[in-house]
Amino acid sequence: MKDILSSTPAMLLLVIGSYYIGTLLYRRLRSAWVHPVAVAMILCIVVLLILGIDYSTFQAGTAFLDFLLGPTVVALGYLLYEQLEHLRGREIAIFVATIIGASVGIASVVLLGYFFNLDEALIASLAPKSATMPIAIPLSEQSGGLPAITAVVVFLTGIVGSLIGPWLLDKCGITHPIARGLALGSASHGIGTSRAIELGAIEGAVSGLAIGLTGVAISLLLPLVEWMI
Amino acid sequence: MILKGVFIILSFYILGIVSSNLIGGLIPGSVCGMLLLFVALCGGIVKPDSVRSVARALTHNMAVLFVPAGVGIMAQYDLIAQNWVGIITITIMCTLLVLLSTGGIAQYLNNRFKNNNINKSK
Repeated sequence: MKDILSSTPAMLLLVIGSYYIGTLLYRRLRSAWVHPVAVAMILCIVVLLILGIDYSTFQAGTAFLDFLLGPTVVALGYLLYEQLEHLRGREIAIFVATIIGASVGIASVVLLGYFFNLDEALIASLAPKSATMPIAIPLSEQSGGLPAITAVVVFLTGIVGSLIGPWLLDKCGITHPIARGLALGSASHGIGTSRAIELGAIEGAVSGLAIGLTGVAISLLLPLVEWMI
Repeated sequence: MILKGVFIILSFYILGIVSSNLIGGLIPGSVCGMLLLFVALCGGIVKPDSVRSVARALTHNMAVLFVPAGVGIMAQYDLIAQNWVGIITITIMCTLLVLLSTGGIAQYLNNRFKNNNINKSK
């Protein structure tokens, strides 16, 4: 019985099933805190602990989902192309703002990381946190980070941006829809974008574009930072 | 159509892994693949129609793919317990810094160049 419960189909069913429950819950409660990913993570951990299945067994069973992260990042290239078509004529403002935002993100993590005396593996796990999850995870692995910490931090980053973001942008007088969408997508990837879509069509489109651009900017900047320190 | 899309995406993934190796692994293979696909679409080498359905299917449901990595925190409990103050403070502060710097600069540049291209995007 234990063999069946820890087999690949059972592990995949656990992930898909708990995510499905997460989406149902999210649809009912509509709060950023019950994001399907958070619900699914917690459900999976609880089930694994109850059944006494260790993480390495789970990891082996869900290797297929990890593999799919790769093709998904490649597919983001298509989304980037599609969204850029809608925003012709604004490219320079969008590129410059994204690159500066990504640099601020990496620099602030590294500086604050030293300030809080975090060890290098933790700083490396946090540095790519504004990138979308499928990009942040391989970047973290590459620079000696811990993918699990990155996953949780990337998720938190999304929640923080989408909960506080629109309010803070109002407070600081950032009212231009392109600027608002770009800010949410750059800081908080997909979770920020789902918030931006609620603010308006332009905000949503720019935010979607910002996910891809920020991912690219962080992948290009991160090796540079590592090389410098 | 789906088969062709899968074929193209996987081909660009492999191309990305090869080019990642060529540059000494500085950028992950999947990100290289994404850039190459983007360039190929802009250059008209790949027709958008041929990858649209597969690209949308993958990206619309990608959140479920993050779950396995997140579950990994159960193996990292000690590290988080020791550093949670720093981790949470950095996450909140840095996220808001990125938000304000990106938004502020985008707004400044947009206002600055308003006269050159008047509201092209609606």
